[in-house]
Amino acid sequence: MELLNIFIKSIFIENMIFAFFLGMCSYLAVSKKVKTSVGLGVAVIFVLGITVPINFLLNKYLLQPGALKWLHPSLADVDLSFLTFIMFIAVIASMVQLVEMFVERFAPALYASLGIFLPLIAVNCAILGGSLFMQQKGFTHLSEAFVYGLGSGIGWLLAIVFLAAIREKIAYSNVPAPLRGLGIAFIITGLMAIGFLAFMGIKI
Amino acid sequence: MASKKQREILLDPLFENNPITVQVLGICSALAVTVKLMPAVVMALSVMVVLGFSNVIISLIRNYIPMRIRIIVQLVVIASLVILVDLFLKAFAYDVSKQLSVFVGLIITNCIVMGRLEAFAMDNKPWASFLDGIGNGAGYGLILIIVAFFRELFGSGTLFNIKVIPDWFYQHGYMDNGMMLMPAMALITVGIIIWVQRSLMPGLTEKE
Repeated sequence: MELLNIFIKSIFIENMIFAFFLGMCSYLAVSKKVKTSVGLGVAVIFVLGITVPINFLLNKYLLQPGALKWLHPSLADVDLSFLTFIMFIAVIASMVQLVEMFVERFAPALYASLGIFLPLIAVNCAILGGSLFMQQKGFTHLSEAFVYGLGSGIGWLLAIVFLAAIREKIAYSNVPAPLRGLGIAFIITGLMAIGFLAFMGIKI
Repeated sequence: MASKKQREILLDPLFENNPITVQVLGICSALAVTVKLMPAVVMALSVMVVLGFSNVIISLIRNYIPMRIRIIVQLVVIASLVILVDLFLKAFAYDVSKQLSVFVGLIITNCIVMGRLEAFAMDNKPWASFLDGIGNGAGYGLILIIVAFFRELFGSGTLFNIKVIPDWFYQHGYMDNGMMLMPAMALITVGIIIWVQRSLMPGLTEKE
């Protein structure tokens, strides 16, 4: 039940885009076609689903104050938490490299259409944000971290696919010239975020 | 002291080439800290420091970085600077650092830092890179502060936690707009800023 709660919460209530604005850069840049946005969304789910659990283990057995106790009792006072950012970003960068190689090998068409944005997942704030929020929430079990990563990724996918679908339609509308493109994308996202407010307070 | 070109590098990103509204970089972690002015100002300063110094460092070692691993090198430089800023804030401005929570860490993945390193510092001299970093940081901070100003003013009726809307207004039925405190309104505020800016500078309008 607890896991389901984390899952639903991370998709709808604490949505990466609508509640925390994480990963906005690629969200705005790759959301012109539904097909590419689905590809990027799946890649984000995949990377989040891998990196959050790995960083959870890293945090639990290496970075937390007193985390090195399992190695030797005398290390119980060591606090390596200042290394958090560097360790997390290193894990993320190497995982993204792996995903990139994987996609290049098995889905060349997708690789071509994602272009520069695949390596940029490494600097997608949603990925590092997922790990940092995971650390802040203080999960006690690996499965919780995994479900949280997966849920956040799915929430991100939902948001980018929604925006892409709307932008495909809006190409035929008469938007005021200064608002065209970026401006209207921001306002649409804002309106969708208001829609997502309806999920607030849901608890299972 | 500053030549015309250097002044351009410094001032261009403030309006005409603003990182947020024109280059579309670095929106990620920015907007979540704009509920109040104070954290927004601190965030803007932090980004300026990180951007300026990472630009200088990368520019200094740009000829020694192997192309293939440059992303990792850049990330290490940025992450080290962000750790310094984070520790500094924890030591000297603990309350604000609590409010900013994970968003200081997220400066690492702020696209604007990587973007400027790639686009400018990798092939320019250190002093010019420093100006570019400070200029872009300031352009980013400017938007952040404008958004935070409106959100705090209309959302809580305060600026820097000091009451500015007189009691007289409240007695006659004025109410703070709680909606401004919601994340959604930050996005719409930025949308409106873009609208105003592009109406004033028609050259920036996107062609579809």
